[in-house]
Amino acid sequence: MSTRMKELLTVAVIAVVSVILYLGKVQGWMTGFSFSPTVSYIVIAIITLALLYILYRTIQGKLVDRRTVFVFVAVGVSLPFFMSISQKMPISPEVQQLYEAVAELPPGSKVLVSFDYDPPSAPELQPMAQAFLQYAMRHDLKLIIMGLWPQGPQQANMALEVALADPEIVAKNLEYGVDYVNMGFQVGNEFVIQRMGSDFKSMFPTDYSGHPYEELPLLKNIRNFSNIDFSFNLSAGYPGTQEWVQVAVDRYGLKMGAGNTAVQAPMIYPFLNAGQLNGLLGGMNGAAEFERTVGLLGKGTRFMLSQSFAHVIVIAFILIGNVAFFLGDRKKNQ
Amino acid sequence: MRREVPLFITLIVGVVFVLQYFIPHYPFNRMNGWFSDWFSIVAAFAIWLGALNLLKISFMKIINRKSDWFYALVIILSFGLMVTVGFAGGEAYREPGTVFSWLYDHVYTPLSATMFAILAFFVASASYRAFRARNLEASLLLGAAFFVMLGRVPIGDWLTSFLPEGYRLPQLATWIMNFPQTAGQRAIMIGIALGLVSTSLRIILGIERSHLGSE
Amino acid sequence: MDHFAVWIAAFLTMGIVSFLYKDNPWYKLSEAIFVGISAGYWFIALFWDSIYSKFWLGKEADPFLWVGVFLGVLMLLRLIPKIGWISRWPLAFIVGCTSGLYLINFLASNLMRQVQATIQPLFGPDFGASLYAAVGSIVIVVGTFSGLVYFFFSKEHKGAFGATAKLGIWFIMITFGASFGYTVMSRMSLLIGRIDFLLTDWLGLIR
Repeated sequence: MSTRMKELLTVAVIAVVSVILYLGKVQGWMTGFSFSPTVSYIVIAIITLALLYILYRTIQGKLVDRRTVFVFVAVGVSLPFFMSISQKMPISPEVQQLYEAVAELPPGSKVLVSFDYDPPSAPELQPMAQAFLQYAMRHDLKLIIMGLWPQGPQQANMALEVALADPEIVAKNLEYGVDYVNMGFQVGNEFVIQRMGSDFKSMFPTDYSGHPYEELPLLKNIRNFSNIDFSFNLSAGYPGTQEWVQVAVDRYGLKMGAGNTAVQAPMIYPFLNAGQLNGLLGGMNGAAEFERTVGLLGKGTRFMLSQSFAHVIVIAFILIGNVAFFLGDRKKNQ
Repeated sequence: MRREVPLFITLIVGVVFVLQYFIPHYPFNRMNGWFSDWFSIVAAFAIWLGALNLLKISFMKIINRKSDWFYALVIILSFGLMVTVGFAGGEAYREPGTVFSWLYDHVYTPLSATMFAILAFFVASASYRAFRARNLEASLLLGAAFFVMLGRVPIGDWLTSFLPEGYRLPQLATWIMNFPQTAGQRAIMIGIALGLVSTSLRIILGIERSHLGSE
Repeated sequence: MDHFAVWIAAFLTMGIVSFLYKDNPWYKLSEAIFVGISAGYWFIALFWDSIYSKFWLGKEADPFLWVGVFLGVLMLLRLIPKIGWISRWPLAFIVGCTSGLYLINFLASNLMRQVQATIQPLFGPDFGASLYAAVGSIVIVVGTFSGLVYFFFSKEHKGAFGATAKLGIWFIMITFGASFGYTVMSRMSLLIGRIDFLLTDWLGLIR
């Protein structure tokens, strides 16, 4: 059989299996499954054995193919979804700091939340956004949402949808324009923040859906940052936390906390250390810790087992590569 | 006209932005407002320019029947689809339930998210093949990565649960992030700031003019 | 419609994933759709959120907004090679704005504020600070200073200066290591997000 035929056959098999599984889901004769703790530990043992085999092969000088590594990562990240192992998660001081800053806000405080990210960063930032909005709404904080990335306000709507479905929040009968508002996106990066420092309305003459600024009661007394009690920035790059700190915090004295993708978080630590930020959530781990702190467990917490596995697998691959490197070196020297 | 006018514009605009920081009063605050508003509008046109340029290149590919011209056609069609439903939707074009929103949720989101997600595989593969503790510097890099990766997930706490609270891997990772990492990051930050400040000054004063291209 | 939506999303997700095997038509198709949809998204978002809401609705209150549009149109002239040089004017405006703002922002927040935050008293007036914080402060001072010395290339890295630069590179290596660790964390999170879509939303395999 030619390679082309084999490839087509593989695609066909995947398609057929997917259709069967999907039909099973839709028709209800397959409700999904999960491993018991014992099976989970057996799976972990099998993964460890496979890693040891890769170590053995690598020491022998046979580096495994990159596609084998890919399969390993995919399997290693997928299997924990089915496992039921509970994990303890300590809270880092930067997460605790953000929680305390938000918790001390009196009801009715105006909180500006800027969604500066797009769907690729959603697995890390969406759980933070969800937990933050839900906590803020439960504690009667007034939310003014905006985005320096065009996709941001749309991500905000997704988080709002989840928060507004929370029975405790439903009972409050929150009203759009009075208790929360989505101002939408404006292009111009830090120039938008700079202009908001003197005049919010000039940058957001209408909200996300086209309602004029004047028609939204929540915005009636909001002219600039001096009317905002706290700000939370969800950022995946430029423009993001650095620009907010430079303009809104350092120039206009806004009090701010941030949630960042893990790629960006290390660069933000100097701002945290200098007191320019009141707390920082870094990556999915930050999201999970925040969920735990506010008592609203969501996807961040649910994904932490997979995250743990993924880290262990990468570390294992680094160690395997290095053990083989040093043993190979010794052989060469001999 | 081709060089003098742009240099003059840069000088005036740059000086106004510097002055308004120190004198946030009339006329500098007003000029700052105008310039910021214009910046937002020009930035929108600049991104439009990028999109139109993409269309131009794709059309040329189809006209010249270059290899992969079919994919250039797909680019034009998908661009056309998004733009059509976006204009047709009016001001509330991306409200939940609109076609634009549907395309965002079920086409744009999976594509963009997966594009970045597959990088995970390459990171793992590179870790296996290239990440070696060849010398002290590389070992420090590897060590920091090792402790941070383990310390930032619950398994790190579990692995060192025999140690007293406060001395486990998560606390070590927090210490690395808050002190040595912050110190190195701050040195880089200050270095970049010095470079940016001097380059900005050179641009405003017209000493640095490479962005204007040749005559 | 929901079935169609989830299958489209899965088809496109798998199309991008198929690149891990090798470059292929399925991947190329998904990639082309991504490029087109993405450019269209930005085009429309900027039209409604900036040009319409900011300029069109605000032009009567502030006629000066026309200047912004004029500069914007000049920018588009870049598409016509013969008069493309005029686009240097709006470009000069953008560069001028950015330089002016960056000069101040980076000087104040990333330089002065960081220097100020590095030079801190080890203990408070009542010797209240903890040993942990004091040691941390020393690490930050030493690390930042030696890191800056490493970046100073106008003097040869020899003697005491060289030793300090050496210490600086160690701190920078720890920084890069931590950044690598965080990058792995980030990339894996994105992958977990997609796997969650495939296993939960698409195939419904997880209970």
